[in-house]
Formats: sequence, structure tokens, C-alpha cells
Amino acid sequence: MKALKRIYLIIIFVFLYAPVLTLIVFSFNDSKSRGHWGGFTLKWYGQLFKDRQVMSSLYNTIIIALLSALVATIAGTAAAVGIHSMKKVLKSFVMNLTYLPVVNPDIVTGISLMILFVFIKLDLGFTTLLLAHITFNIPYVVLSVLPKLKQLNKHMYEAALDLGAKPLYAFFRVILPEIMPGVVTGFLLAFTLSLDDFIISFFTTGSGVSTLSITIYSMARLGVSPKINALSALMFIVVLVLLLIVNKRSATNGRNEAPLINI
Amino acid sequence: MKKTWVSYPYILWMIIFTIVPLLLVLYYSFTKTEDGSVVFTLENFRRVLEPTYLKVLWRSVVLAFISTVVCFIVGYPVAMILAGKDMSDKSILVLLLVVPMWMNFLLRTYAWMTLLDRKGVINSILGAIGLPQVHLLYTDFAVILGMVYNFLPFMVLPIYSVLRKIDRSLIEAAEDLGSDSITVFRKVIFPLSLPGVVSGITMVFMPAVTTFIISKLLGGSQYMLIGNLIEDQFMRVYDWNFGSAISIIMMVLILLSMGIMTKYDKEGAGGGLF
Amino acid sequence: MKKRITAFTLLLLAVAVTLSACGSPGSDSGEKTEKVTLNVFNWGDYIDETVIEDFEAKYPHIKVVYETYTTNEDMYVKIKTGGSDYDVAFPSDYMIKRMIDEGLLKEINMDNIPNYKYIGDQFKNLSYDPENKYSVPYLWGTVGILYNKTMVTEPVDSWKILWDEKYAKQIIMSDSERDSIGVALKMLGYSMNSKSIEELEEAKQKLIEQKPLVLAYAVDEAKDMMIAESAALAVVWSGDALIAMNENENLAYAIPKEGSNYWFDSMVIPHTCKHKEEAELFINFLCEPEMSLKNVNYIGYATPNIETMKLLDPDKITNSTAYPTAEQLANCEIFEYPGDEINKVYNRIWTEIKAH
Repeated sequence: MKALKRIYLIIIFVFLYAPVLTLIVFSFNDSKSRGHWGGFTLKWYGQLFKDRQVMSSLYNTIIIALLSALVATIAGTAAAVGIHSMKKVLKSFVMNLTYLPVVNPDIVTGISLMILFVFIKLDLGFTTLLLAHITFNIPYVVLSVLPKLKQLNKHMYEAALDLGAKPLYAFFRVILPEIMPGVVTGFLLAFTLSLDDFIISFFTTGSGVSTLSITIYSMARLGVSPKINALSALMFIVVLVLLLIVNKRSATNGRNEAPLINI
Repeated sequence: MKKTWVSYPYILWMIIFTIVPLLLVLYYSFTKTEDGSVVFTLENFRRVLEPTYLKVLWRSVVLAFISTVVCFIVGYPVAMILAGKDMSDKSILVLLLVVPMWMNFLLRTYAWMTLLDRKGVINSILGAIGLPQVHLLYTDFAVILGMVYNFLPFMVLPIYSVLRKIDRSLIEAAEDLGSDSITVFRKVIFPLSLPGVVSGITMVFMPAVTTFIISKLLGGSQYMLIGNLIEDQFMRVYDWNFGSAISIIMMVLILLSMGIMTKYDKEGAGGGLF
Repeated sequence: MKKRITAFTLLLLAVAVTLSACGSPGSDSGEKTEKVTLNVFNWGDYIDETVIEDFEAKYPHIKVVYETYTTNEDMYVKIKTGGSDYDVAFPSDYMIKRMIDEGLLKEINMDNIPNYKYIGDQFKNLSYDPENKYSVPYLWGTVGILYNKTMVTEPVDSWKILWDEKYAKQIIMSDSERDSIGVALKMLGYSMNSKSIEELEEAKQKLIEQKPLVLAYAVDEAKDMMIAESAALAVVWSGDALIAMNENENLAYAIPKEGSNYWFDSMVIPHTCKHKEEAELFINFLCEPEMSLKNVNYIGYATPNIETMKLLDPDKITNSTAYPTAEQLANCEIFEYPGDEINKVYNRIWTEIKAH
């Protein structure tokens, strides 16, 4: 039985990794062919770095992800704090409002935002892209922080106040550290969602402002593009390294908390 | 801690950027422009009910359903195996499971084009060992494969998350009472994992029904799914009224099915991603 | 707590490194001094990128941001919604007419385009812009069948071959509304600009019948697919055919006897333009014989620029794929915009064909 389990897992992992690894292998292929090996070369990597569209969309993607995640985290944490102390009716209204973008298909969120921006005559571009990303990020932050607030011991805050702390001080020194895991998870979640987003960005950007996903889409529609392979190889390594580092750090930390990928 | 006002900016933001846009979509779906002026009409919704478009809806639902089922059948065992492992292997394995998920969605879809193409890797390998070539890319199969590949982790993770939290002693108790492993599974493990399953199904079905990239890249633009139809109306045909009507109908269907789903998950025990 | 901060810091470090490496291209948040950003909106794979670099070298105060589209219709929607401020675009004949009628274009100050004198007279005063106020010709070509000589044994001289069951799943149709519907219309013996609903419905039926034989509907991807020999026949534009033929000798291009489409892409200035002078500089630059030559050599299409033609390799001019003979052009038509009502019919038909 054990062997069967092992084999099954291996098959699954092969399935998951084969496409990505194929892309990486072919990023060194001298020929543009999808099936045949034409020799080893690094030229696609060179071309990738020279491609201004790719570079500028990489820049845009990271900036948008960082900014929107930051704004969303601050707004979302504040929102969660506020929601936590709401009464039933208001709370349930706001929670439904929060769930809406999460549950709504990306395409509907994307087109509805596009309609909004066109309606208020706001030019599609970096600003609208940022606004859109913040919008779909905040709910996830709220949903990450709320559970932590629920787990919080209500009396700690009151105790702090009793001991003479001002409300803001009490918040930063007492509440925030306790909910920090939720806040950080929310931030990372928002950052990831933003990095990977395609559909919403597709509809809410313009004027040449592109994200990485959109650029890859355009490149894919032009035909076989080994530059994409080179890009995949680089992204894969970055992702792997980042995840390994973050996971290692959290696992070897004395506090014995479960790894960051705490699922 | 009476700090409700802290969330007011958030509520305002959400109203402006979530409610208002949806109201606009609703507005577009119920109107059309005739000779420069805007009139109220049900024409857009009537058009959606035409057989051609119902067929598109049906096709999307069917493909998404098949993909979800495949994800479930393939993914549940993975979740079980992972949940059953001891600590040392587990985190690395889960990490490895998650890494492809962190790769860009477009890249993952494009990757399959390389493999499935008539002149791609799979056919090259088949040719090298003397087997006949297979026509994979630009078929239903390719689209389903693309969906399963992209959404599998979303099925596995919630189920794994819930399975992990199952109290070992319950299983031990069942075993002590004389059940064999199949009955233990049927009567104890599976029912307890249901919230995770529901979560997984939701997280797979919804994007599967509304995707347009997978059908465009892997389906050779032949498969018009609901997502393609909407994208088309907004970006090519410029018929925002019709596009909005389709979107509204799709959104309603999705919200309805989500509503039904969450009935199974009353206490919110569904293992989400966090 | 510590590990979170470490993770965070690592992330920020990675970002900082990436940013400094890229030197922040993209948005003009960096240098504020007088740099003008010119938004150019063009077809995919339709310019030699070094031409853009040459332009920026000649006019260092202008930075070109380049975006692409795959069909006229995609471009039209983006410009119509007005959400993006494109300064230069490259629509085709019928689309130019439509945009002029809808007031979507700015008049070009021809005094700022001295290189216009290089454009051949036969490319001026065309029906879609009779007074040459809105467009400057860029490239022209035809639509035809690109086929693999080793996979197609009979002569390719009629559109009917694309409906031949022998080539099931070996056929690539164009993912462009006017092009594919046009092919069906021509095959049935009608005009590509038909305004008759019966004729259009007939074309629709034919295209629906054809669907099971079609491998994929593609635009730019078609040439790579043909080079890789993933298909036997494809409906492509002449320039794509040339490029493909250069990469794979088994390929050939034919314009069927029923006739085909013969098109012109021109440079226009959309109403959303914010930098008209710079746009005109760009347009003028692309008309310079050497620049035009670079483009033609890279993308393969035919140039309307007489001076450029003189600079071309002689065997390029005699290449009938790029420069078709009068005989081949006999039955070819230029697309016209059929008017809003009939255009909706075209749209509806195409949607129905794809949805089938």
C-alpha cells in the first residue's frame, strides 16, 4: 500500500512539474521548435532582457503588487478591526460586501471596473490598474485578519487601557502583535494575487501599461516564443528560492510555529 | 473596543468600487442605445436565451463540471496521502505541491501548448519510440487538461487542510470498534472532510466556468465558453449591453450555486486557504 | 515575529534589486524633464524594433511606449472607449473609414510629414480617405492561402480547398471576422463587402460546416504553426506568408482564383492623442526610405514607399507573394465598412460561428 501511495504521489508530481520543466529545458533550445532540440543556447535569455515590453511590465507588476498589497493591508486591517466590533446586522452586511469580490468571477469584476472607469471618464492606465488591484485585495486581507481578531482575548485590550495606555498605544502594542500573523498572511496573499492576476488587469489597464501576465498573453498569441520559456525558468527559480527561504526561516524559528505555508 | 468607524473608509471604498460597478453592469444590461438615446429593454436578456448562446453556457458548465470531477478524483487521494504523512516529509511535499501554483497562470497554460502541440514534446517522444502521433492540442481534452492542471492545487489544499485537523482519536476509536479501513473512510473520514471538499469544488468550478484564457490558448479559439463570449462582446464587438446581460446571468448562476454550496458549510469550517 | 520581518525584508530586497536592474522603465515617474511619452498602438509583430530605437535616438526627448493588438476590431474598441491615450495607430482601410465617420481621428498636418512625397501616387486618394487628411500609408498586402507543398498534393487555386475533408484538422482559419467571413463569401462567389443578409447567412452556414475541419482559428500564431508543419493550410496575410516561407521551404502562398482581399494599413492619429507633434514626427520617421526598408525586410509586407522599393533587393520586388501581379489582383477587393447596421450582422454571425 505504501508503495502504491508513493507511486501515485510521484505521478501527480510529474504531472505538476512536467510542463514547467519542459519550458525550462526548451528555454535553452536553439531552435524555435516545440518538439525538437536544436542545440544549446542562451540567446533567449539575452533577448528577454533586451525586450523593453517585458522589462517594463515586470516593473509594473512588482510595483502594483507591492503598492496594492500595502494599501490593502492597512485598509483591510483597519476594516477588520472595525468589523470585529460591529453589531450583527451591520456586520453581516459588511461581510457580504466583503465576500462579493471574492466570490464574483474575475471577469465580472474586471468588466464592471472597466465600465466604472470609462463612465467616470478616468483614463485606463496605471492608476486604474492600481485601484482595481487594491479593490480585489482588501477583502482577502480582511478575511485573513478577522479570524485572528476573533481568537484574541478581549480583555487584554481593556487590561491595557486600565493600566493607563492610550487607545492607539494599546492597539499597536497589544492587539497588533497578536493579529500580526493574520496581517502578514493577508499582505502576502494580496501580493501573490496581485502578481498573478490576469483577467482583472486585462480589462482595467491601458495606454501601454502592461503587467507580466498581459505581456505573456500577447507573446503567446504571436506564436511560439522561447523568450517566454526563459521567463518561466527565471520565475520558477525565484519562486522556489523565495519559498524555500521563507519556509526554512519559519520552521527553524525557536517559536515552533508551523511553516508559513500553514495549511 | 468600539472602533467600528475605522472600517468606514473600507465600506465606502467597497461601495464605490464593487457595488457601483455592478449597478452599472446591471444598467447596461437593461438598456440599449437607439439612435443616440438610451432606452430600457429586455432585448439583451432575450438574446442570451437564444439556442446559440445557451449552448455556450451549457458547454462551459459541462467542461467545468468534468474538470471539477477530475480534480476531485485525482486530488482527494493526494490530500489524503499528504495528510497521512509524518511531519518530516510533509512540509517539503506540501511546498513542492504549492510551487507550481505560484508560477504565473498564463505560463502554466502556455506550458501545455509546448507539450501538446502536434509537433510538440509529447508527440516527439511518441514518434521517437515508434508510436503514432496524437492530436491533443486544440481539443476538448486539452481544455479540460488545462483546467485540471491549473486548478488541482485549489482542490487539494482545502481538503488537505480539513483532513489534517481531523482528530486522530476518532479514527482510532472507529478502528478499535472493529471497522476496516474502508468503513473508517466511508463513515468517519469522508464525512468529516466534506467542508474541505465543498470548498475545493467551489474554488475549482467557479474559475473553470468563467475562464477564457484556457479555451483561447489551448482550444485554438474554437471553443467559445461563457468567458470568451463576454470578453468578445466587450473587447471586440463593443456590444456592452449584451455583454452585461450575459455577465449578470452568469453572476446570478454562480452566486446561486455558491449559496447552495455554503448551506453545506454552515459553521464556516471549510478549509480555505488561510 | 522575527521570521515575518525577515521574510518581509527579503522580499523588499528582492524588489529593490529588480528595480535597480531595470532602471525603472515604463511609466514616466522617473525623469520629469520634458520627456514626452508617445503611445503607439500597432499590430503584433508589425515593426522592426530597432526602428523604434533609432527614432528615440534621433529624438531623445521622446519615449515610445509600444502596445499591440491582433485585429482591427480590438483596436477600435480600445480607441472608442477613449480610456487610453494612444497617439498613433495603424488601422486598415475599412476601419479608417469607420473611424473617420465616427470622428475618432484627428486630421494630420501633412506639412509635418515631408516624407509623404515618397509614397507612391497609387496609394493616395484611396476611397477610405479621398483627401489624404487622416492617414499615411504604412504597408499593404493581400490575404491568401499559405500551404505546405509536401502535405497538399493538388494545386491550390480555390478557397474550396479549405472545405475539403481530406484536410480535416489540418486547416487554420483566420481569427478575424472580416477575413474569414470574406473568404466564405468569395468562395460562394459573392463580394467580400456583401450587404445582403441572405448572402451573409449562407457564408455563416458554410463556415459552420467547416468548423470540424478547422484545427484552430489563429491570427499571428498561424505562421509559427505552419513553419512547424502543424497544419497543411492556413489563411494568412501576405507578409506572414513571406516570413513563414523564408523559414520553411516547403511552404508556398496562393491567391485563389475567386479573388481575395487586398488591404492597406495606414498610420493615423486617434482623437485620444495627447502629443500630436511627436506623433507626426513618428509617422514621418517611418516614411523615411531606410526606416521603411528595415520594416519591410523584417516583416515581409509590401511597401507603398517608392524610394524604399528602389532600395529593396531586386528579387524581393519580383516576389509575387509580396508584390502580386495585376492578374492576381484582378478579383481582389478592398474591404469597405458596411455601415453600423450591417456591421452588427457581421458581428452577430461571427459570434454565432465561434459559439457553435
